[in-house]
Amino acid sequence: MELILTPEEEKFRDEVREFVSTEVSEEIRRKTMTGFRLNKEDHESWQRKLYAKGWMAPGWPVEHGGTGWTPMQKHIFEEECAAAGAPPVIAFGVTMVAPVIMAFGNQEQKDYYLPRILRSDDWWCQGYSEPGSGSDLASLRTKAVLNGEHYIVNGQKTWTTMAQHANLMFCLVRTSDEGKRQEGISFLLINMEQPGVTVQPIKTIDGSVEINNVFLEDVKVPVANRIGEENKGWTYAKYLLGHERTSIAAVGRSKAQLKRLKTIASAEEQDGKPLIHDPTFKEKIAGIEISLLALESLVLRVLSDESAGKGPGPEASFLKIRGTEVQQGITELLIEAIGNYAHPFVPESMETGWNEDPIGPEHAASIAPHYFNWRKASIYGGSNEIQKNIIAKAVLGF
Amino acid sequence: MSFAFNEDQKLLAETVDRFILDDYSFEQRRRTIAMDGGFDKKNWGRFGALGWLALPIPEEFGGLGGSTVDVAVLLEGFGRGLVVEPYQSTIVLGAETIALAGRVDQKKSLLEKIAEGKKLISFAHTEPRSRFNLQHVELTATKDGESYKLNGEKAVVHNAETADLIIVSARTSGDIRDDDGITLFLVDPKTEGLEFRSYPTIDGLRASELSFDSVVVDSEQVLGDLNTGLKVLERVIDRASVLLCAEAAGAMDTAVKLTVDYIKNREQFGQPIGAFQVLQHRSVEMLGAKDFSRALTYRAAGLIDEGSPNDRARAVSAAKVEAGLGGKLIGQEGVQLHGGMGMTDDMAIGHFFKRLTMIDVLFGNVDFHRRRFSQIS
Ligand SMILES: Cc1cc2nc3c(=O)[nH]c(=O)nc-3n(C[C@H](O)[C@H](O)[C@H](O)COP(=O)(O)OP(=O)(O)OC[C@H]3O[C@@H](n4cnc5c(N)ncnc54)[C@H](O)[C@@H]3O)c2cc1C
Ligand SMILES: Cc1cc2nc3c(=O)[nH]c(=O)nc-3n(C[C@H](O)[C@H](O)[C@H](O)COP(=O)(O)OP(=O)(O)OC[C@H]3O[C@@H](n4cnc5c(N)ncnc54)[C@H](O)[C@@H]3O)c2cc1C
Repeated sequence: MELILTPEEEKFRDEVREFVSTEVSEEIRRKTMTGFRLNKEDHESWQRKLYAKGWMAPGWPVEHGGTGWTPMQKHIFEEECAAAGAPPVIAFGVTMVAPVIMAFGNQEQKDYYLPRILRSDDWWCQGYSEPGSGSDLASLRTKAVLNGEHYIVNGQKTWTTMAQHANLMFCLVRTSDEGKRQEGISFLLINMEQPGVTVQPIKTIDGSVEINNVFLEDVKVPVANRIGEENKGWTYAKYLLGHERTSIAAVGRSKAQLKRLKTIASAEEQDGKPLIHDPTFKEKIAGIEISLLALESLVLRVLSDESAGKGPGPEASFLKIRGTEVQQGITELLIEAIGNYAHPFVPESMETGWNEDPIGPEHAASIAPHYFNWRKASIYGGSNEIQKNIIAKAVLGF
Repeated sequence: MSFAFNEDQKLLAETVDRFILDDYSFEQRRRTIAMDGGFDKKNWGRFGALGWLALPIPEEFGGLGGSTVDVAVLLEGFGRGLVVEPYQSTIVLGAETIALAGRVDQKKSLLEKIAEGKKLISFAHTEPRSRFNLQHVELTATKDGESYKLNGEKAVVHNAETADLIIVSARTSGDIRDDDGITLFLVDPKTEGLEFRSYPTIDGLRASELSFDSVVVDSEQVLGDLNTGLKVLERVIDRASVLLCAEAAGAMDTAVKLTVDYIKNREQFGQPIGAFQVLQHRSVEMLGAKDFSRALTYRAAGLIDEGSPNDRARAVSAAKVEAGLGGKLIGQEGVQLHGGMGMTDDMAIGHFFKRLTMIDVLFGNVDFHRRRFSQIS
């Protein structure tokens, strides 16, 4: 599935390809390609290499450290990184909180946080959801009470991805119970390494621990850590959610996974022949590939609208829906491809340092856990049902 | 073909449902999985006392001579609680193979003990490269005087590490995927040259990879006739597939109930999320998938003891397809409608999803059985 590129774009692609192929270590490539777990260092060391090259934040304006690339160049970059098995850049800092800081933060906040994000000095997490506030985010209840130069924050966040690694959390809190619910929310940056913050891991159905409960008990947050105005946090949060959407489509990653699927389906046998020659299976792969092609085309359109100054419209919700359907569809075909070796469950074998022989083919170990894990994609980032509600309301005018 | 349960079946259904309700909660199951060998020997004793182990075993060998429908009723009940005890390995595959293929002395020495819960059997047929093809047997058994030497590998053998005896399919003649030339053996797991690599499965069971390096098996331990094992395997696995669909029906039933219950109670936007019609429709589709799958399963269970080989095969494949599709829909939607909660290891729904997914993989998935159905006229 090749993009049609101009000669300059081809030159750019070759430059990126050259960079990633030398900078992504063999060990990391093996881990991402077999679906083994990446640790914090794996992510950070890759992000530092990107920083050194000046490629950490392709989505940012040049004055803050962006690359000034065209949408097509950004797309090529994503695709090449994924194809080479580079670890995904952790989105919470560079693609989620940074645009909010740029748009609504004060000068001091910009000067302090943005360079740190570029250098991966901090690990961010997103504190939006609460036990009682998932799809109905505006009902959130974590309370922040102003006390002199500080807010005192009490409440609980949940499903907080990678909070166990994070030293900072961007967080929605309730600062007022007056008027509309949306008018009483503020956007705070909370230091996770202080008294009153407790992170409790939540194990998911695939046996991994990537989400957490975060308990906040009398946590002191300086007023200087509030982004923008008090009670305007909902507007900022929605701005962020729009930004989340194009990256959540993950076209490059899906292309790399599709390639992996084809490799595995060529290695797996059915009646002594490669599974990929089975007409039914072949058609299923074609179905996903076409779906991904349509997704890529829409992503490129949205990106070019964006560079023409139009923000991501509510149609961007389609990118989230289709993007996650494609991701999940690939995991479904992967689990079909490995047949009986979907059964064994040896989570240790996906960790760094495991050096026993695999059970069955090495490519099989992570596949069933990933299939179960990726069910999350149609739930997080605004569930796919909520995305449809958004389109129904904002596009179709229901 | 009768579509209603008889009195005995109704009673059995009630007894097993009560057992699950009283003694097989999600928490108890979790503790059971952590036990040595991956199941609770006390439960196994109770199954024996309740006559569940004896259920399909012929009366002349100490069993109750129950029909496939009877066993389906029991397994549907097991599915509601995701029972992990080795009923499939020991009874559905093990005792059934012995009853079908064994010599009288083998049946006499084994079946009664199995019915009493004193012997556990494991069934080793699948191989690393066999996928779902029943004919595919690479493991060889070569005659050497009064015994055979077994060489090769078996893959994902459930409950092998706790078994007293393992039924092993081996090639005594012909090529890797020939119909003829497969022979079944009863192998003592402690025999020299037989190595185990055991592990948990993603749906909470235990399995092993077995490797055979010149494992010596006495020719007395041949199970059934030489070279004609495929016929036995086909029968046994067809029946096991239907019973697996019965387990799926029970698991689907609980998964639907858990989900409907959850969305009736979970509130967002000031109302139960179950008030949104889009979620009501999704729940209705889940319920329908369960009902259709269950109906087809009992149809196949009724046919399997009576019908012609072709009727039997088509009925089984049809049931397995519907159970695979239904299990996938119900598992995925069940998790989705639970939102973030559905992703957590602490909620039961994800465990039902995992078991339903693995049921599709066992004995041939949807594609495999659709193809098989289309190829039998
Ligand atoms: C793996 C994972 C990682 C996550 N990471 C983060 C994170 O880092 N930070 C963070 O803040 N949050 C995170 N989340 C939370 C995520 O955003 C929420 O789970 C999501 O918004 C859904 O909320 P909920 O879980 O409360 O489900 P609910 O809102 O209770 O929804 C349950 C079901 O009802 C449906 N539903 C709800 N309302 C409607 C409606 N009006 N119409 C139709 N259907 C509806 C939903 O689509 C869903 O299927 C994560 C979640 C997961 C699973
Ligand atoms: C993780 C996640 C991602 C999401 N992504 C998006 C997204 O990108 N875009 C999107 O529209 N929704 C998104 N949603 C959905 C959104 O947050 C709400 O769940 C949904 O819009 C319905 O919520 P609501 O009725 O409370 O708010 P809304 O639909 O936003 O509005 C309800 C009422 O509140 C008023 N209101 C809204 N905002 C303000 C404000 N800032 N100040 C004063 N009044 C206000 C409106 O005028 C309206 O009358 C997302 C939800 C989640 C959980």
